[in-house]
Amino acid sequence: MSTAAAAPGLRPEELRAALLSTIDFAMRAGATAADAVLVQQATFAAGVRLGEVEKLTDAREKRLGVRVFVGERSALSATADLTRGGLARCAEDTVALARVTQPDPAQGLPDRAALATEAPDLDLYDDAAATPSPEDAIARAREAEGAALASDPRLTNSEGAEFEQTAATVAYASSLGFDGGYRSSLFDLTVQPVAVSDGRMQRDYWYARARHLARLEDAAEVGRRAGARAVRRLGARRVATQEAPVVFEPEVAASLLRHLAGAVVGQSLYRGTSFLLGRLGEQVASELVTVVDDGRLSGGHGSRPFDAEGLPTRRTTVVEKGRLTSYLLDTYSARRLGLASTGNAARAVGDAPSASPTNLYLAAGTTPPETIIASIDRGLLVTELIGFGVNPVTGDYSRGAAGLWIEHGELTHPVEEITIAGNLLQMFRDIDQVGTDLEFRSSVASPTLKIRRMTIAGS
Amino acid sequence: MADSTRPERFFCDRYGVSSGALERALGTALARRADYGDLYFEFRTTTAVALEDGLVKKASKDVSQGVGVRVLAGEKTGYAYSDDVTITTIEQAARTAGHIASDAGGAQAVALRSGQPARDLYTLAKPPGETALPDAIALLEAVDREARGDDPRIKNVMASLVLEHKLVMIVTSDGTMVSDVQPLARLQVTCIAEDGGRRQQGTYGGGGRQPFAFFLDGDRHLRFTREAARQALLNLDAVDAPAGEMTVVLGPGWPGILLHEAIGHGLEGDFNRKGTSAFATLLGTKVASELCTVIDDGTIPNRRGSLNVDDEGTPTSRTVLIERGILRGYLQDRLNARLMGMPLTGNGRRESYAHSPMPRMTNTFMLAGESAPEDILRSVDRGLYAVSFGGGQVDITSGKFVFSASEAYLIEHGAVTRPVKGATLIGNGPDVLTRISMVGHDLALDEGIGTCGKNGQSVPVGVGLPTLRVDGLTVGGTQA
Repeated sequence: MSTAAAAPGLRPEELRAALLSTIDFAMRAGATAADAVLVQQATFAAGVRLGEVEKLTDAREKRLGVRVFVGERSALSATADLTRGGLARCAEDTVALARVTQPDPAQGLPDRAALATEAPDLDLYDDAAATPSPEDAIARAREAEGAALASDPRLTNSEGAEFEQTAATVAYASSLGFDGGYRSSLFDLTVQPVAVSDGRMQRDYWYARARHLARLEDAAEVGRRAGARAVRRLGARRVATQEAPVVFEPEVAASLLRHLAGAVVGQSLYRGTSFLLGRLGEQVASELVTVVDDGRLSGGHGSRPFDAEGLPTRRTTVVEKGRLTSYLLDTYSARRLGLASTGNAARAVGDAPSASPTNLYLAAGTTPPETIIASIDRGLLVTELIGFGVNPVTGDYSRGAAGLWIEHGELTHPVEEITIAGNLLQMFRDIDQVGTDLEFRSSVASPTLKIRRMTIAGS
Repeated sequence: MADSTRPERFFCDRYGVSSGALERALGTALARRADYGDLYFEFRTTTAVALEDGLVKKASKDVSQGVGVRVLAGEKTGYAYSDDVTITTIEQAARTAGHIASDAGGAQAVALRSGQPARDLYTLAKPPGETALPDAIALLEAVDREARGDDPRIKNVMASLVLEHKLVMIVTSDGTMVSDVQPLARLQVTCIAEDGGRRQQGTYGGGGRQPFAFFLDGDRHLRFTREAARQALLNLDAVDAPAGEMTVVLGPGWPGILLHEAIGHGLEGDFNRKGTSAFATLLGTKVASELCTVIDDGTIPNRRGSLNVDDEGTPTSRTVLIERGILRGYLQDRLNARLMGMPLTGNGRRESYAHSPMPRMTNTFMLAGESAPEDILRSVDRGLYAVSFGGGQVDITSGKFVFSASEAYLIEHGAVTRPVKGATLIGNGPDVLTRISMVGHDLALDEGIGTCGKNGQSVPVGVGLPTLRVDGLTVGGTQA
């Protein structure tokens, strides 16, 4: 098998030229301001199932998005046609589109003085991502799945393992004169084994993710972890409907943090769709809870030197010892709220910027996770959540759960087909233990969390 | 605007490819010993306008294009795609995808036959992609006025209109060359209501493979708006939902998401071929009460989930999944139908050229029964009546599924009483339908708003349901 083609596409100066000419075309067509973003990426993925290669994917993409302003009016376009003619047409169409929208005085580019003046190297790129080796990718996926299936005789089936690597370049320019770019890479290994016992099946997964290939967790270790997770679910049953303490493993605790993020981003506040509306400065969580957004963590999955409007990224404490200290804002939502941007603008190529967390984490606490479990007389350890039962406006929370039942400080039996319910504001206030086990496995990270009491619905 | 009447000509002209060049590219893809190969060309234009704070201040246009090349060899799939479409990139992608086949030799010559799709479900005189922007803006302004006129407690209105025009051409190694124009339109309205410090939201919408005029027809846009406002206001007064197992009555239409999650995904061919679905060994067995007949039908004119051909060029069809309680069929794409020795059902779908096809649902619904909906409600002493839902999800291996109610009421002594807050319902796919004891005569399809996600790919789908009584489903409220 041949090696997939080397680093793809346009050179940095070509990307820059495409951005600058798009902005130039827009300004000539009558725009008063414009900005443009270009993302170019190449992905290679190898999937293995039951030891056999199941799927190889090779992908090349580059897309340009332009946003124009005609006074206080604005419009957006995205295109993959990066020929000079294609860019001119795209820019002119977008200006025409902007002329028919309605004016909004909060629209516009950020203040020039706030723009990033340097792009620090955040250690986001590994050259290995641009030169994939199918043999190596297959070997890693095979090793992870093999280790999973070998870890217990009940692991007799599999949804497979996949190794994926992506090399990307992001470039951004605006009519304010900003012009910058950065490269990033990502290596991802996921395995999903299936355990079978007494004619019933359970699957689970585990994964590793890193910006540098050399820092990716050992494939066999990822596999063993996935295997153990699937096996421990065998024999799951329901429990009776009751109120009880609920412990969230780090991966599911991170989902609570994502709900919090959804409530502190600027657009949720000016639209009135956040359960934290009007609570800046208030105690919204227990004193054990400190939440930080840090756009400049070295090698972080959410790190970037500047945001999608050219503002420098930074470290923002969102919740300090339970008190809501800052929202996460882009330029538009900041203007709507009478505040300053926190450098959290993010944007899909064809979309307007909106505020989004970078690396968001709940600071590690002082209680080892085993001690948290041991402290519970009767309760639930949640290992997986499914469904979308969260009302962002009220914070009302009701999701499907699977996990392990705790009796007298010990994990007893697996549990499934139950829901856990409460209200996010009360849940954050009811966090009475925070684990020591914070790990930055993805851009949103949390240690183990214990919530004093929730409603469990079962039989 | 692309020539929407002859997409095949459009692709060949735009990218400078002839059928000879496509035959050669397929030859390249199948240079090693492979079973099948295909090329999928896509050109999609999406126009979106959005309103908030009473202003249409956002308009966007997205043009996306690309080609995906796939090669199947045994259980293996090689997939390569590019958004830079030229003979050179197609040949390169074909070579890359073809590497999946490990054995040399067995080169195949392909002779293409150009044909029209078997069906004509959504040819529109004026596709939604040709809507004049001022018309779209005027519609959203009317939505805003309608919502705010309703009640002073409505504090904010967000509405979006998305108009899509998608051209596809599918060229396969068995000689099929088929193209299709796939229009799609969707209007969604969200209202925020506030009263005495309490806030709530309501969301409603719809659409389909329909022209812009569909929304004005009978003031459909205003009806969607009143529904969103009504839900937001209703939920202001909602009490805590109950927790635990109880009788649940589902209203007609969108609650069909039950079928989508509880059984639909579990009947997709890939999971059953691999033996990872809770339904893998249940074909021909009883998985539902005799009152239940469940259909997946991609051939209903103008529906959001309908297609003339699936994304592998196979004509869509009407597949009986469950017939009077007995599991009859799976949903198939080419790979899984071939490996399982089962017929194609026209369910091979993909999000875009950047994804390889998988078995997916189209429009999934249960046939009407004989009960009057009011009799079904009257039969329940204590339970939950759920009429509108947000999303759902399923673990196909354990069979456990959830779907979350966004409008629900308590049933007390046969009468619908107080509205309750949203709650997630959880059940077990292979047995939930065995607990259905009454099926209404009021089958309705949803308004055309559903999007289904699987392995990172989103596709538009539809669902439908008559009023149903389920004797025992776990309701995930807070009142234990």
